[in-house]
Amino acid sequence: MSDQPAGRADVVLQASGLRPGPLAAGLAAAVIAVLAGLTIGPVDIAAHRVALQLLDGLPGVTIDSGLSDAHAAIVEQIRLPRVALGLLVGATLSVSGATYQGAFRNPLADPYLLGIAAGAGLGATIAITSNLGDGAGVLDPVPLAAFAGALISVTVSYVAGHLGGRSTASLILAGIAVASFLTACQTYVLQANSDAFRQIFAWILGRIATSGWSEPALMLPYFLVTVAVVLRYRRALDVLAVGDEEAAALGLEPRRVRMIVVLAASLGAAAAVSVSGLIGFVGIIVPHTVRLAFGTSNRLVLPLSVLFGGAFMVLADLAARTALAPAELPIGVVTAFLGAPFFVLVLRTSRREIW
Amino acid sequence: MKNATPPPIPKPGGAPVKNAVSVRALDVTLDGTHVLRGVDLAASTGEWVNIIGPNGAGKTTLLRALLGLVSFDGEITIDGLSDRRRSSRARKVAYVPQTPVIPPGMLVADYVLLGRTPHRGVFAAETANDRKIAAEVLTRLDLGGFGERTVQSLSGGERQRAVMGRALAQQADLLLLDEPTTALDLGHQQDVLELVDALRRERGLTVIATLHDLTLAARYGDRIAILAQGRVAETGPPADVLTVQNIAEYFGASVRIVDDPDGPVIVPTAGAGRDPVAQNGDQP
Repeated sequence: MSDQPAGRADVVLQASGLRPGPLAAGLAAAVIAVLAGLTIGPVDIAAHRVALQLLDGLPGVTIDSGLSDAHAAIVEQIRLPRVALGLLVGATLSVSGATYQGAFRNPLADPYLLGIAAGAGLGATIAITSNLGDGAGVLDPVPLAAFAGALISVTVSYVAGHLGGRSTASLILAGIAVASFLTACQTYVLQANSDAFRQIFAWILGRIATSGWSEPALMLPYFLVTVAVVLRYRRALDVLAVGDEEAAALGLEPRRVRMIVVLAASLGAAAAVSVSGLIGFVGIIVPHTVRLAFGTSNRLVLPLSVLFGGAFMVLADLAARTALAPAELPIGVVTAFLGAPFFVLVLRTSRREIW
Repeated sequence: MKNATPPPIPKPGGAPVKNAVSVRALDVTLDGTHVLRGVDLAASTGEWVNIIGPNGAGKTTLLRALLGLVSFDGEITIDGLSDRRRSSRARKVAYVPQTPVIPPGMLVADYVLLGRTPHRGVFAAETANDRKIAAEVLTRLDLGGFGERTVQSLSGGERQRAVMGRALAQQADLLLLDEPTTALDLGHQQDVLELVDALRRERGLTVIATLHDLTLAARYGDRIAILAQGRVAETGPPADVLTVQNIAEYFGASVRIVDDPDGPVIVPTAGAGRDPVAQNGDQP
């Protein structure tokens, strides 16, 4: 063995990260989804006119898109808020799913399967039936009650999952137990407040329905906080991938990192649940597709989950409102339809330890 | 019986520190069990100390205490400092665990770069220098072309070298190895220990390793410490520590010791239950 550290030491290797190619793919997916969401519907509007209309809306830009006032109103006042909400909810649920998967080192962790969505749902239900608020406004009690419910459920799932060992299955089983219990509680609250039943039942199935800009405006700050915190911790989550013990030996504070990112992810997931109800599987479908396509480092999984998650939800919502038009499918039905087979696929690959 | 007292600890503000690591009166209690009881151990710079002992003696716990992963009473001084902060400790102590967690899909380059975590900080990206160090380590460990492969796809021996690479990228002066040979065949066991020895000489590393194989422990390493029931029972050069009596007393094993120019060879004898002292000898 040579004492010289080899002549090729000037070769500098690359770390995984967000390269221009995948970033462009994610941006393209989001743009295509937005245009499709604005274009397709009971009234078909040409995509290029939609694009021009959007550009016209930018400050300092004046372009004649050629749309009639009625069509312009459909695009800007009906479809655009709904697409914006889909982007925000999809991005938030996807990035929080990816975060839970990293923080718990569990490929099946997801706001839905960990009981977080059910906890948020119970919190929101209690807030709605108690007439604490109507789901509008940033500091509305509904998302805050949902956040409290989400935090309680993720804590219980995590602690209970640890009682059963550290396997992938035990955390998910605990999450299912927590979700079932909370759903039962929610049903009880609903039965006791039957006047709110109809409103809340529609919401349980999940929907990306808006009345103007109030829902996207409610969602936006939560989305921004969640994404900002989680992306800041993307490298720490990569260190955490070697487990708490080794991560600590590398100088990380694993518990602190986990607590911060889980708080942030739960905040976003709870806000998403409080505006759009229980939309399952998005947090599994999107991050895993990103991993399969581009790699497993959180440096690219987290930001790409934001872009592809937003795109996915807009397209799923498009399917939900066109499949049985003029009736609308609840979007939770669409995501479950895609997500359940995907879940089985992930189970299969996670046995081979490839996320 | 050897005295278990470590070499003297320098007085504060006195002469330069001689010991790379010194442990004094170390007590660790885990879940109500008193795992380590007053452990004293020291290693001087560039020394290789092997810790042997029966299962459950507290070997891994001792390494974990050195890494600051368990709370302890007593004093652990590394490189003259008893700083308990994790990031500064991780710049001084690198760890090769017995069964490393291999993250699914992680690339070898990223894995080795994890070793730069204590230097770059949790939120910062790697610098060009970090990447240069990682590349150099990979080349040194004959993993130069493996950067873009996943750690999972490596063979057992290559994987062990990748883990070693992560530890080396930490550029810590103290290297802790927990049963580094467990999962490897004889040839790869030898490769790993030879590699550690070469790196120790090249880089002046201090090595503390736990080993089950007593013959390997005797062959690689300057000194052996027997850990039994949470205490350092014996410490000294291999030939002094690895005696038939000690092995009978602390391992409950019946062995013969064959003296070889490279160090004592420990041979288990068939038919346990005989008086171990009566078998002493078998000198060439």
